[in-house]
Amino acid sequence: MDENLIQDRGVAGTARQARPHSAARHESRETIVGGVARPEPHDSGARHVAGEARYIDDMAELPGTLHIYVAMSDRAHAEIKAMDLEKVRAAHGVACVLTASDIPGENDASPVFGDDPVFADRNVEYHGQSIFAVAAETLALARQAADRAEIVYEDCDAVITLDEALKAGSDLLPPHEMRLGDCEGALAKAPHKVSGRVRIGGQDHFYLEGQIAYALPGEDGDIVVHSSTQHPSEVQHNVAKVLGLSDHAVTIEVRRMGGGFGGKESQPALFAAIAALVAAKTGRPAKCRLDRDDDMVMTGKRHDFLIDYEVGFDGEGRIAGAAFDQAMRCGYSADLSGAIADRAMFHADNAYALNAARIRSRRMKTHTVSNTAFRGFGGPQGMVATERMIEKVAFALGKDPLDIRKANFYPAAGGALTPYHMEVTDSVIAEMVEELEKSSDYRTRREAVRAFNQASPVVKKGLALTPVKFGISFTTRHLNQAGALVHVYKDGSVMLNHGGTEMGQGLFVKVAQVVAEEFQIDLARVKITSTRTDKVPNTSATAASSGSDINGMAAQAAARTIKERLIAFAAEAYGVSREKIVFRPNRVQIGDEEMSFAELVEEAYLARISLSATGFYATPGITYDRETATGHPFLYFAYGAACSEVAIDTLTGENKVLRVDILHEVGRSLNPAVDMGQIEGGFIQGMGWLTTEELCWNGKGELTTHAPSTYKIPTANDRPDDMRIKIWEKGESQAETIYRSKAVGEPPLMLAISVFSALADAVSAASDYKVFPDLDAPATPERILFAVEDVRRQAAGKTAA
Amino acid sequence: MGKAICFLLGDEPRRVTDRPPTETILEYLRREERLPGTKEGCAEGDCGACTVVLGEPDENGGITYRSVNSCIQFLPSLHGRQLLTVEHLKGDDGSLHPVQQAMVAHHGSQCGFCTPGFVMQLYAGWLTGEATSRQEVKDWIAGNLCRCTGYGPIIDAGVAALKDGGHGRGAGRPDVAETAAKLKSLDNGAMLRISHRDETGREQRWFTPRSLEELAVTYSGYPDAVLVAGATDVGLWVTKKRRFLQTVIDVTRVEELREISETEDALSFGAAVSHRRASERLGAIHEDLGELMRRFASVQIRNTGTVGGNIANGSPIGDLPPALMALGSRLHLRRRDEERDLPLEDFFLAYGRQDRRRGEFVEKVVIDKLPENARFGCYKISKRFDQDISAVMGAFRVDLDGDRIVAARLAFGGMAATPKRAARAEAALIGEIFGEAAFQKAAAALAEDFTPLDDMRASAAYRLKVAQNLLLRFSMDRDGDGERVPSVLELA
Repeated sequence: MDENLIQDRGVAGTARQARPHSAARHESRETIVGGVARPEPHDSGARHVAGEARYIDDMAELPGTLHIYVAMSDRAHAEIKAMDLEKVRAAHGVACVLTASDIPGENDASPVFGDDPVFADRNVEYHGQSIFAVAAETLALARQAADRAEIVYEDCDAVITLDEALKAGSDLLPPHEMRLGDCEGALAKAPHKVSGRVRIGGQDHFYLEGQIAYALPGEDGDIVVHSSTQHPSEVQHNVAKVLGLSDHAVTIEVRRMGGGFGGKESQPALFAAIAALVAAKTGRPAKCRLDRDDDMVMTGKRHDFLIDYEVGFDGEGRIAGAAFDQAMRCGYSADLSGAIADRAMFHADNAYALNAARIRSRRMKTHTVSNTAFRGFGGPQGMVATERMIEKVAFALGKDPLDIRKANFYPAAGGALTPYHMEVTDSVIAEMVEELEKSSDYRTRREAVRAFNQASPVVKKGLALTPVKFGISFTTRHLNQAGALVHVYKDGSVMLNHGGTEMGQGLFVKVAQVVAEEFQIDLARVKITSTRTDKVPNTSATAASSGSDINGMAAQAAARTIKERLIAFAAEAYGVSREKIVFRPNRVQIGDEEMSFAELVEEAYLARISLSATGFYATPGITYDRETATGHPFLYFAYGAACSEVAIDTLTGENKVLRVDILHEVGRSLNPAVDMGQIEGGFIQGMGWLTTEELCWNGKGELTTHAPSTYKIPTANDRPDDMRIKIWEKGESQAETIYRSKAVGEPPLMLAISVFSALADAVSAASDYKVFPDLDAPATPERILFAVEDVRRQAAGKTAA
Repeated sequence: MGKAICFLLGDEPRRVTDRPPTETILEYLRREERLPGTKEGCAEGDCGACTVVLGEPDENGGITYRSVNSCIQFLPSLHGRQLLTVEHLKGDDGSLHPVQQAMVAHHGSQCGFCTPGFVMQLYAGWLTGEATSRQEVKDWIAGNLCRCTGYGPIIDAGVAALKDGGHGRGAGRPDVAETAAKLKSLDNGAMLRISHRDETGREQRWFTPRSLEELAVTYSGYPDAVLVAGATDVGLWVTKKRRFLQTVIDVTRVEELREISETEDALSFGAAVSHRRASERLGAIHEDLGELMRRFASVQIRNTGTVGGNIANGSPIGDLPPALMALGSRLHLRRRDEERDLPLEDFFLAYGRQDRRRGEFVEKVVIDKLPENARFGCYKISKRFDQDISAVMGAFRVDLDGDRIVAARLAFGGMAATPKRAARAEAALIGEIFGEAAFQKAAAALAEDFTPLDDMRASAAYRLKVAQNLLLRFSMDRDGDGERVPSVLELA
């Protein structure tokens, strides 16, 4: 291949992509190593590659450690008539067996609604639900013992699929509706109208490190749990609740996760609670580690959706109004489904001013695992339907979908309202799409694709350029807060701690870069430490792309507090005014003199100045009123756009992404290498969701795709060689964010909708563009082949008619 | 007669006598050696997080290095070999290995959990020099899953570190001759016999015979033993199905079963020939077979999995049997001194049942090469291109007299309870002129040959439709104009 196509990610440790953030940077010829905007490598990179980065299962086990196996329901919906565990208890090597009746506190590990029992008590509501736990000397012995349980079930009627749930009317949570203007009137009056339906499948997180918790009993009933979690505070609270302890008796620690993607937000609480129960009961350290199959069976996934849409528009494709009916499969309990459904609604507009809108959402109960957070949190599903709607408008008018998109973008000047009545004031999508349209050579390639398809009967190509607008903030107001703890030691080295967790996304290095920048010391002087609930309390999940936004701000606040104290001390000690004290790289200028940062710190210590501080941040201006379905739930929006070209085989449905051009906005990047990693990784993960990753349940409600042998995430060969990713150079957050950067965790996942749209375009080409293809996600070879057959049948019908 | 598993862990000799023989290398490393760098991601050889490198003395006094999935390899497979893990790569001065350096410099790790596996897989490439171009690097790591990076940074790191690979015999490694000598001294070539009793009193036996004679005698002594070759399936019986294997006989060290022989019109693989070794020879028969082998499982699996294993386990979805059936192949079976041959298609009787008598084993498979007048094609259809079990595997050979079809062998995987030839579709072709019309007829007949299953890989309707379409594609691809309909893979 052309070597020029190799993506530039910024070479580690150089400043190639750096953009200085302060004027001071220009004045000094030297700069610190590892300040903001530098493409610093991941803080654990050198340890990752050497196998020295420790995950929970890698920790040296304490003597007496017990290993836990969680026994699961093999029924989707049943009543437990009898459960005899005597043989389990008597089995070799078993230390204890726990059921619902052994729980001293509440039998619940849910995030909000109190509906996720640690152990099923009488009723089981999904195939894979936790029933009891066995702790033994080895995991193998625990499993062998669990097999000896005798359980008598009485099966009940089970609702497995979303369609069954809709038919049964089994709403788990109340429906919600958003309205903007007179949608019905707008639809009635519009010159043109189309409607459609799309089904969107779920997705397993497939973090490489499965769920794990290691509980260590302390004195006075205290307990420490090492948990692979994005939400230590919630795990802490759940463990305390289950054990009947106060929160202060429980400490959760997480140094790093082997991937999270939302799957370690609410899900780890169950396993931490079980490990803590065993530790409390036996006084021995206890580890609960799920293997891949059990992890995939027991834990929630991205929600699958069924979305109906209807849209009215004029001859230019300008939308007068749009209505969406969204239905999602929640599984057996609420988990975070309410907020996820809301976010799907918040993103039904994607980047388009709908002018009038009605968005309805139903949250359906099924007897399957409780679905949960996954990168994008409902937003991606909402947006897939929107993009299909736009394409159907384009098809109806015989226009290029890109022209319809451009005709409907939120204007840069502001003035347009979202369906939840928030004015979009920061829209840069039109400008970005314009730029990508040119750099990707969209129009020429559109012609080339058409020409190729004319001459190619079996293989068809497709092309699509889709936008992303993603709201940043937790839509639950109180979650938009963060804390940090910074110590400066006598030698000038710094300890950094905050409530954010590291799951691979590079949060730790970004926040450390912020602290290094604040103190003007080299990054190596800042020690990154484990997230612990006894260092920073009451934290929010590292989720909603908010990690660096809120923890960066909190850490900055802590650093500034200490810096202020140092300035005050130096001003007094040296008799100079405060403004004469300037933090230069690794040194401090005090009037005409300079001393090293460490020297100043040492002097401040001797003068009995506090060198430890907490920092706190609360995102300003977040509101959402559920009664009226209006408000300002986001601090700002992040934007991006992608152009994908694909090829499909109309005999087999096999498909391949040929080229991808991405232009993504991250404000002013805190770390371009890390951001590039999020963009590329998010895109490929989204591509997997919409193509090869298919979750299947059999009629008994049993997940049949529970390991990588049956559940297919992308491999290196699925990544197109021709991938051209650019961070938008003009990006700059209008909101007062940390160094004017923007969140990057979730938005890039939705860039992959361009792949799905391009696949649909290729299917349409199989009918010589005579038929609009109804394609559902994931677009597996099977779905593509049947969609091809369908459009060809319809096209033949049209010709015959 | 050896009772201890003797190997080198890095440069340190190990002599293991007290572990269960079906313990995996991964478990042993993490629990016994307390080397937690090697990770468990799936325990079924599908994600590559557990990748380690094994070194084996070769006939030239050197060492052959290959990567394997330690999560499904049993401890006795280490006997006489060198085991290298991610903990062995740093230099004595603590400096990172070039592969590790490249991974850091290109931002190749995010969460880091898959990283040791990638590092070891790339390290294997660095040693062997087998993957240097970008496409080769991608194929090389297609058995390693990463959920964070989107692979670009890892591919770039791989290309940077491997582009002038082939360092297995050069500097940077402990002296190869010395290591080879050490390994020779650990393994005197005697049959390995292990007997182990676990904490609940269950006894397990393991045998690693070294000659056909030893295998035949041992198997007749323990006709209920499980025969294991690459353990790419049997490994999962233990890690996934949690089966307790009482007696196991490892066939991979039997010299005669590792032989490849070739005549002008046939190719013969001993049952323990690995996919890796077989792939080159098969690719020489036909380019489609080369492409099939490229997409067959992963490098790690191809390094251990065997031709005999893929046939003998009788799976309805194994990729080799349909291909070999279409070419025309015969199995050679042995029970002590009794030998017999049978056509490959006759071996598969029903789901999970083969024509293999108690104490009988597959010794070799003899494969017909393609004569001048034959046309051949094979197609693997799966949700994902790499490392995915086929929804449908179709392999077709037709022999022509001029333009007229005089013989047809249409073999499918994924369409029935066993790999199977499509008798009615074949009959429909005989006597027809090679072309779309003939294959339309065959495709229609296919519906009478098969009633495929619905499962998580594909629906019955899709399987049948795609199988029919593959026949049409074959007729277009091999219509004699020298041009194939392009595959979507070729457009990329």
